[in-house]
Amino acid sequence: MDNDRIDQIIDKHQGKASSLIQVLLEIQSENHWLPKEALERVSEKLQVPLTRIRHITTFYKAFSLVPKGRHEIHICMGTACHIRGATHVLDTVQDLTGIRPGETDMDLKFSLETVNCLGCCALGPVMVVGGKYHGKIAPTEAEEALKNYE
Amino acid sequence: MPRINSPTELEELRKSILSKRDPDRPCIAICAGTSCLALGNDRVIGAFEEEIKKQSLEAKVDIRATGCHGFCEKGPNIVIYPEEICYMEVIPEGVSDIISQTVLGKKVIDRLIYTDPNTGEKAAHQSEIPFYKNQMRHLIGNNTKVDPKSIDDYLALGGYSALSKSLFEMTPEQVLEEIKKANLRGRGGGGFPTGLKWETARNAPGEKKYVIVNAHEGEPGAFMDRALFTGNPHSVLEGLIIGAYAIGSHQGFIYTRHDTPQLRNNIVVALTQAEGYGLLGENILGSGFNFNVEVHLDIGIFVSGESSALMRSIEGKTPEPRPKYIRTAVSGIWEKPSNLNNVETWANVPQIINNGSEWYTSIGTERSKGTKLISLSGNICNTGVVEVPMGTSLREIVYDIGGGIPNGKKLKAIHFGGPLGGSIPASLLDTPLDFDELAKLGAPMGAGGMLVMDEDTNMVDVARFFLNFLTDESCGKCVPCREGIRQMLKILTNITQGKGREGDVALLEELAEVAGNASLCALGRTSSNPLLSTLYYFRDEYEGIKENG
Ligand SMILES: Cc1cc2nc3c(=O)[nH]c(=O)nc-3n(C[C@H](O)[C@H](O)[C@H](O)COP(=O)(O)O)c2cc1C
Repeated sequence: MDNDRIDQIIDKHQGKASSLIQVLLEIQSENHWLPKEALERVSEKLQVPLTRIRHITTFYKAFSLVPKGRHEIHICMGTACHIRGATHVLDTVQDLTGIRPGETDMDLKFSLETVNCLGCCALGPVMVVGGKYHGKIAPTEAEEALKNYE
Repeated sequence: MPRINSPTELEELRKSILSKRDPDRPCIAICAGTSCLALGNDRVIGAFEEEIKKQSLEAKVDIRATGCHGFCEKGPNIVIYPEEICYMEVIPEGVSDIISQTVLGKKVIDRLIYTDPNTGEKAAHQSEIPFYKNQMRHLIGNNTKVDPKSIDDYLALGGYSALSKSLFEMTPEQVLEEIKKANLRGRGGGGFPTGLKWETARNAPGEKKYVIVNAHEGEPGAFMDRALFTGNPHSVLEGLIIGAYAIGSHQGFIYTRHDTPQLRNNIVVALTQAEGYGLLGENILGSGFNFNVEVHLDIGIFVSGESSALMRSIEGKTPEPRPKYIRTAVSGIWEKPSNLNNVETWANVPQIINNGSEWYTSIGTERSKGTKLISLSGNICNTGVVEVPMGTSLREIVYDIGGGIPNGKKLKAIHFGGPLGGSIPASLLDTPLDFDELAKLGAPMGAGGMLVMDEDTNMVDVARFFLNFLTDESCGKCVPCREGIRQMLKILTNITQGKGREGDVALLEELAEVAGNASLCALGRTSSNPLLSTLYYFRDEYEGIKENG
C-alpha cells in the first residue's frame, strides 16, 4: 500500500486525530494488515505518537501487524456455535492448515481467526472463508471446503 | 426533501405519503438480516430484481430489502404483500415461480410455506405459524413493513408521531413522568429503571448533557439489537430524540462496532433523512428544540459495551472501565452528565408515549413490564429473534415458539445473559421471563441471549467456555478480574481434562468471591456467574469428572 492511498484515507477523515481507529481499520480492510511504514505515515500525518498507535494496534485483536494469507478463515466460537461443536471444526481446520488462531501459514495461503459471535446463530457452527459463509458445517465438510482454495 | 415545520405539516406529509401508496399493490419483502445474508440472500434479492425487469413489472411490483424477519432458522425469508404470505428457505432458482404463481397468479406455493414437523400442517401466514403466532411483536413486527433506508416507510406506519406529541403536547417533565410510570427497565443487561436514570441525568448540574445509544451488542449469542436497529433504525432514533428532550440534552451519540457495517450504513442514512425532514438538528418540527446525533464507530471488544468503558471509547481512549462511585448519568463523556440506554430500551419509548404508560404496564409482570426481545439459539429447532411479553414462561419460548429440541434429544439447561449470566436446569422451565425471577435463580436475563442446551452438553465445559471468553476480553486494568478469571479458568481446564485435584471446587468458590467483590466493573464482578450457577445446579458434574480423572 503506497503513501498516496494512505493519505487519501486520512484526508477522507479530515486528518483528525480522533479518527485514528477508523483510519487504521480502513487501511487494514484494504491491505489486510498494517505494515510498519503505514503506521509511521499515519503517525506523521495525524500527529499521533507511534507509541500510541502501537498501543492501539496491539490492544485490539482486530488489527494484524503481520501479513495475512490469501484466504482468511474465521471460525465462530460464539455460544450457539460452541455447543453445536465449533471446537471440532476448529480442531480439524487447525490440523489441515497447520496453523492456530492468529497465525498465517508459510505459503501465505490461509490465515486463521476465531470470532466471538457473528450473529447468525441459526447457522452454527459457522466458518467464513474470504467472506463466504459455510453454515451448519461438520468437521469433514470444513475440510472439503478448504480443499477448494488455491 | 421538504422541511417539516409543525405537527400539522407532519400529518400532511404522512397523508401525502399514504395517498401515493396503493395498499393492493404487490410488494415482496425480502429479509436482509445477518443470517439470511449469510445464507446468500443477496442472490435472492438480485434474482427478484432481474425477474421483475425481465417481465417488465417495475411499475406493478415493489421489492423491499428489509431487516431481520425473525425466523432465522428457515431463512432466506420473504413476505409477499398484500396477502402477507410467508415463504421460507427461498433460493434464487425459485424466484420466477414466486413471481408468476404467487405475485401475479395469487396462488400459494405449497412447498415454500411452513410445514409443522410434528403434524405436517401447512401455514402460510405469520398469524398461523407457531413461531410467530405465539409472540407479541410490538418492536420487531414492523421489520417486514419498512425498508430501513426509507423514512417514508416509517412515517407511513405512524412514525415520529410520538416525537411530535412529546414536543408539542407534553413538557419534558411529563415525558419523564410517563416513562417512570411505565416502569420501563433497561434492556442492556442490568434492568435499571430508565426513568430514574433519565431523571438523574436531567437533574445533574451542567448545561451540556449527552444521550447515547448502546448498539454494541457484544454478548455472544445475542443478535436482537442489530435485528431491530438495522431493520427499523428510526424507531430507535425517535426514542432517542424524545429522551434527549426529556433530559435536556442537545447532543446524542450512537455507539456502533466495526463488524456490523450494515447497521452503521442504515443508521447514517436514517440520520440524514431525519435531518432532511427537520426531525433532527435545529428547531425540530418548529418546536425550538435542537438535537444532533453523531455516530461513533469503534472496534467492539466485549468490555466496550460497559457504560464507563463505552464512554471512554467515545472520548477516543481505550475502553477501560472506571469505578462508578459517581454514576455516568452524572459524570460520563468528558465528565458531563451522560445517559446511556440500550437499543431496545430506546425503541420502547415511542410506544409508551403513543399508547400511554397504562397500556404499557398492562403488558408483563408486576416488576417487568412490556415485551422483551430474545435471541433464541443453541440446541433448539427454531433459532431466531423472538419477542414475547414479560412473564412468558421459558417453557412456552422453548416449545411453543422454539419448536423444542432437535434430534429427539432432551432439554438439559437454559443459559441467559452470556458470559456474565447463568444456567438453570430443565426442571425450572416454568420460570417466567422476568428480570427479578431469573436473577434470583442465578441466571440474570442479560441483554436477552437465551441459549438452549440438550442432554449431551457438558456443563463444566460451558462454564469453562465462558471463562475462556472472559480471559480474552478482560481489559486487564484491575487485578482481581485479570488474574482471578485466569486462575479459575486454569482450574476448570484441569478438571475438564481429568486432572482435577482435591479442594479445587472450594478454591474456585473462593476465587469467585474475591473477583466478585473486588473487581472494578461488572465484567469482573459477575465473571463467575456461569461458574457459580453450574456449580449450584450441576455440582455432580464437577465431582463426577474429578472421580473419573
Ligand atoms: C462487560 C459488559 C458488557 C456490556 N455490554 C453491553 C452491550 O453490548 N450492550 C448494552 O446495551 N449494554 C451492555 N452492558 C450494560 C451497560 O453497561 C449499560 O448498563 C447499558 O447499556 C445501559 O442501558 P439500559 O439501562 O438501557 O439497559 C454491558 C455491561 C458490561 C459490564
